[in-house]
Amino acid sequence: MAYSEKVIDHYSNPKNVGTLDKSKKNVGTGLVGAPECGDVMRLQIEVDDATGVITDAKFKTFGCGSAIASSSLATEWLKGKTVDQAVQIDNMDLVEELNLPPVKIHCSVLAEDAIKSAINDYRKKNGLEELAFEERIH
Amino acid sequence: MLKLPIYLDNNATTPMDPRVLEAMIPYFTEHFGNAASRNHPFGWEAEEAVDYAREQVAKLIGADPKEIIFTSGATEGDNLGIKGVYEMYASKGNHIITCTTEHKAVLDTCKHIERSGGEVTYLEVKADGLVDLKELEAAIKPNTILIAIMYANNEIGVIQPVKEISTIAKKHGILFFSDAVQAVGKIPVDVNKDGIDIMAFTAHKMYGPKGIGALYVRRKNPRVKVTAQMDGGGHERGMRSGTLNVPGIVGFGKACELARLEMADDAARLSKLRDKLENALTQIEETYVNGNREHRLPHVSNISFKYVEGEGLLMGFNKNIALSSGSACTSASLEPSYVLKALGLGDDLAHSSLRFGLGRFTTEEQIDYTIKSVSETVLKLREMSPLWEMFKEGVDIDKIEWAHH
Repeated sequence: MAYSEKVIDHYSNPKNVGTLDKSKKNVGTGLVGAPECGDVMRLQIEVDDATGVITDAKFKTFGCGSAIASSSLATEWLKGKTVDQAVQIDNMDLVEELNLPPVKIHCSVLAEDAIKSAINDYRKKNGLEELAFEERIH
Repeated sequence: MLKLPIYLDNNATTPMDPRVLEAMIPYFTEHFGNAASRNHPFGWEAEEAVDYAREQVAKLIGADPKEIIFTSGATEGDNLGIKGVYEMYASKGNHIITCTTEHKAVLDTCKHIERSGGEVTYLEVKADGLVDLKELEAAIKPNTILIAIMYANNEIGVIQPVKEISTIAKKHGILFFSDAVQAVGKIPVDVNKDGIDIMAFTAHKMYGPKGIGALYVRRKNPRVKVTAQMDGGGHERGMRSGTLNVPGIVGFGKACELARLEMADDAARLSKLRDKLENALTQIEETYVNGNREHRLPHVSNISFKYVEGEGLLMGFNKNIALSSGSACTSASLEPSYVLKALGLGDDLAHSSLRFGLGRFTTEEQIDYTIKSVSETVLKLREMSPLWEMFKEGVDIDKIEWAHH
């Protein structure tokens, strides 16, 4: 199975690899997946409290090229969006942008889960109610 | 100059040796006869070539040429050997003993037999990949007719204690079948010294062509018979009908002859290169060699690079180096290697494994390039791995409650 150009590009030059200070109140962290399943993503957002805009996003991913590309692209999309806008990111947008084949759709689902989990962590830290998301099976 | 890409997936298939191709070519056009045509020179030429190749194949494994049944490959050999014994010896019993790390061609054949009323015991292997002989003997029952254990494993290269297994089989009057695909042509295999009754092997894993293999079926002490799985013209002593693939057989014979003459040198050279590769890569922290290192094929190494995922790792260099991984993602099933899991490896380590299969045409320059490329990619991906960061911070990853999906 050949990878799309975009997947190769994100894999070779991943954007926003790194770690934000999770002790900060305006940093939300999402850690999803499991080592046994062959992919774990950690996605973090830093939010400007005044505007609700995501000013920084970082990821680290254990997984295949498509998982790395999905999380790299997700962090790019997150930056500059408000938290409310970020909630709207759909895994199928990632699939489309990266040309993921059906067998790799679960990578995009994981990235969407990581975004939502990071947002909920941020909301929880700031005394907001966690958003309910439907259970995804991937 | 180093030519890319480098091929290090020789357990999957080997390139054909040019000397094999040279031997085959006249049998496509000039000597195209059907080896079963008994009444004209075209048939005689083909038959002569097949007879000669049969001797070359037999000689490599210490067999009599009459004991060689040509097949389309080892999958067919596994099917014919196991189903053929199961049907032929139905009056003696219906129980077969095998192990969990066998090739799918053996495991799925056994499942088929179970569905048709047979009974199969799948032995677990020890953490080093070898069969426990005590467990094997304990699994024998009055209705056991066959022990089917591979000679050497395709994923980790471990060599099973074949002689000890055959001694046990003999003691209990049970036939011993071995899938020897990875061993024949790579290490000395002798059906008499090893006590093997039926053995499947194939040309394309030993620098011969694809689509041709053989099943060794013992004729003396004891005389073994298998029920044909392919009915027709009664070729191959009635055990495998179908017009013989003469060019393939000629190539297989040549490949066997070359292997017999060059095996010792190839093995000595490759085990040095393999050790160089393995020693260099295991310098990276948190890397683990899978399977018994002492009882192992000289050209194989299977290594887990903890905290990086196999397919992601392959992607770092698979334009330039052909390797395979025990990771789920390389296969359609999304399940990591059942062989590595059978050794008791956690799924995470199974996902993190690479299989290096060296071959006759592997050079030291290629190994040096591979060491550099793989090491760099492992380090790069670990910088990107949340698990590596947690490990470095002293977080116990096994204690985290992961959301399984």
